[in-house]
Amino acid sequence: MSGSFQGMDVVSIRDFSREQIEHVLKIAERMVPIAKGEESSKMLEGKILGSLFYEPSTRTRLSFEAAMARLGGRTLGFDEPKGSSVAKGETLADTIRMVDAYSDAIVLRHPQEGAARLAAHFANNPVLNAGDGAGQHPTQTMLDLFTIKKAKKKIEGNHVVVLGDLKYGRTVHSLSEALAKFGAELTFVAPPTLQMPKEHLKHIEAMGTKPKMSSSLEGAIKDADVLYVTRIQKERFPDPAEYQKVAGMFRIDLAMLKDVKRDMIIMHPLPRVTEIAPEVDATEHAMYFEQAFNGVPVRMALLSLVLGGSK
Amino acid sequence: MKEFKVTPIRNGTVIDHIQVGMALKVLRIVGVKEDVNSTVSVLMHVPSKRVGWKDIVKIEDRELDPKELDKIALISPNATINIIRDYNVAEKFVVEVPNSVKGIMRCSNPGCITNKNEPVETEFVVESKKPASLRCIYCDRVTTDIAENVV
Repeated sequence: MSGSFQGMDVVSIRDFSREQIEHVLKIAERMVPIAKGEESSKMLEGKILGSLFYEPSTRTRLSFEAAMARLGGRTLGFDEPKGSSVAKGETLADTIRMVDAYSDAIVLRHPQEGAARLAAHFANNPVLNAGDGAGQHPTQTMLDLFTIKKAKKKIEGNHVVVLGDLKYGRTVHSLSEALAKFGAELTFVAPPTLQMPKEHLKHIEAMGTKPKMSSSLEGAIKDADVLYVTRIQKERFPDPAEYQKVAGMFRIDLAMLKDVKRDMIIMHPLPRVTEIAPEVDATEHAMYFEQAFNGVPVRMALLSLVLGGSK
Repeated sequence: MKEFKVTPIRNGTVIDHIQVGMALKVLRIVGVKEDVNSTVSVLMHVPSKRVGWKDIVKIEDRELDPKELDKIALISPNATINIIRDYNVAEKFVVEVPNSVKGIMRCSNPGCITNKNEPVETEFVVESKKPASLRCIYCDRVTTDIAENVV
């Protein structure tokens, strides 16, 4: 594995082998004390991260900035294109060429699918995809895997129930493929109109996993090890009454957790709206805030690997 | 007496065994417009022993370039190309679907970055050849409706 990450782009989780992902998770584990501020590091001192957020983001942007700062590096960029040369009509390719010259790596969130691959095409330095439209969000997938591994000691063999908007939710597409790659058992719970798209199912099945599909949560979560909840967006429903019905069916509260395994963890990429009741936060099942924190050590691991700080 | 619906050509290209219904798309691909200087004949829904029905396009005084052949292969993978020189078939071959496709198709995903005025050629990996299915290397969207997206 030595040296193989330096200069590498992080565009899609599909570009990573299982061994490579495991290596990132191992480095991330070592980063935890630095991420918490218990230890300090100058691993990326003198390095600059160009941070281009064409769409709003709280967790992803701040955790990348925190990750860079914890390793002694600096970040420059914008968190909305307004006021930058982008607003004047500059192409993404030109912006990337410019920022590539000012920095050592680029992190990009963009509304168009494929934007990160295009950026990687024009940049000499590594590009890290922080979400491109409905496409990939590989660092989210890695932090999700890290969270499962940390809580369950291993990823393979766990029964993961993925719940919510599986049609449009970008995090669940790459996560499900990665979980299948690791040999986890999958159940997809969603209203029929928001089930996992066939194209993704095909990829998942190609890895030797046959996911179960369901539109009822109660039956599915009884033997779940991990419950991964995502937001169902109101705007996907033409009829508000239909939305209310679906949102109510998939709401996690204490009553819903009555018969689940004691060590089942609940994850959520956040922000949540009503899908997890606040009363769940105090239970041992709630893992979503720790999951959000895990974005920092995982992004530290990736930055240190692609910038040559870690091997 | 045998009746010729279209007479043989002296020089040019006969594109035979075009998938029935695709002849007009083939014309678009080879760029036949009002300003061509020679005859172009189109036969649609012609009986064929091999495939039932087929389309044929004959273009006089013109041979096709590799990009045009790739495009024809994508929309009609069984088409045969006959290059005619002085009334004789000088070359005859079946088109071949390439393994990767660059710059000759747009991505069917309207949200793909390649549809947004960026200075980049589209690029696809051919996932299956018959029928053709192409995956965009940028957004990962798989396109099967090739004829609609060939540029």
